[in-house]
Amino acid sequence: MSDDKLVGIVLVSHSAAVAASVAELAKGLAGGGAEVPVAPAGGTEGGGLGTSAELIAAAAAAVDRGAGVAVLTDLGSAVLTVKALLAEGDELPERTHLVDAPFVEGAVAAVVTASTGADLAAVEAAAGDAYTYRKV
Amino acid sequence: MLDADFFHRWMTATAASVDREAERLTALDSPIGDADHGSNLRRGFTAVVSVLEKESPRTPGAVLTLAGRQLISTVGGASGPLYGTLLRRTGKALGDADEVSAEQLTEALRAGVDAVRTLGGAAPGDKTMIDALVPAVDALGDGFAAARTAAEEGAVATTPLQARKGRASYLGERSIGHQDPGATSAALLVAALGEAAEASDE
Repeated sequence: MSDDKLVGIVLVSHSAAVAASVAELAKGLAGGGAEVPVAPAGGTEGGGLGTSAELIAAAAAAVDRGAGVAVLTDLGSAVLTVKALLAEGDELPERTHLVDAPFVEGAVAAVVTASTGADLAAVEAAAGDAYTYRKV
Repeated sequence: MLDADFFHRWMTATAASVDREAERLTALDSPIGDADHGSNLRRGFTAVVSVLEKESPRTPGAVLTLAGRQLISTVGGASGPLYGTLLRRTGKALGDADEVSAEQLTEALRAGVDAVRTLGGAAPGDKTMIDALVPAVDALGDGFAAARTAAEEGAVATTPLQARKGRASYLGERSIGHQDPGATSAALLVAALGEAAEASDE
C-alpha cells in the first residue's frame, strides 16, 4: 500500500461529453469512499471528436498523487495516443499505466477500488476484471 | 550524405503534398473511415512546418523527433500517434549525427516502421499504412524513386483487401474495394523524400 495516497484515474474518450459523463458516473457509484482524483480527457482541444495528447498529459498530471495513474481509454486513436505518450517517457507522471479494460465498467471498477486506498496493481486488476462480466 | 536541411525539406515537401491532396485523402477516408484523414494530417504537418521553422533543429535526428512529437500532439486522430511514432523512432535511430547516409536512413526508417507495427499491431495485408511503408523501406536501397514507386503500388494494392485494423475493420467486407487512406498518405510521405533530394540539386 502507498500510505494514504490514492491512485489517480484518467478517462480518455473521443468525446468530451462521454469522458465527463463516465467520470461523473464512476464517482457517483463509488459512493461515500475517499475522494478519488478522476479527470476526463475527452475530445480534441478545439472541442471536436478525437484525441488530444495535451489534454491527456494535463489530466494525468492533475490526478497524480504519487500512487500512480490508471488511464482508461475508448477506441483507436485514444489507445494509440496514450501508448505513444508512454513511449516518450517523460510526458506522463511516473507509474502511469494504460489499463486494458472496458471503458464504462472498467472506470467504475477502477474508481471504486481506488477509493478503498488500493494500489495501482489492484486498481488495474479490478478494471480488467470488468471484461469477465458477461451480460447474457 | 543527408543533412538536417534535407530532413527539413522532406517535412516541408510532405506538408505541401498533404495540403495538395487533403481532399483526396478525406474522400478516401469517407466510405471506410470518419472522413477526417486529410484535414487531420494537414493540421499536423502544418504544425510540423511551423515548429521546424521556429526551432530549426540542427541534426537529422532532431528534425524528425521534433516533427514526430508535434504530430502526436496536433493531429487528433489515430494517424497522429502512428506517424508521430514513425518519425520519432526514425529520428532516434539516426542519433546525433550531423549528416547521415542513405543506408543509415534506410535502417532508421525500418526501425521506425517496426515501431509503428508494434504500436498499432498491424501486419502487411491488414490494409493500413504498413502496406505502403514496408515495400518502400525494402526498395529504398535502390533509391528514392524506387521507394516512391513501391509505396504507391503498395497503397493501390490495399484496394481489394479487407481491413483488419481501425475503424474500417468494423465494416468487414464493405471495406473491400476502397484504397486505404493511411497507405495513400504514407505514399505521399515517401514520395516527398525524392522531392527533398531534387530540391538540393537546384
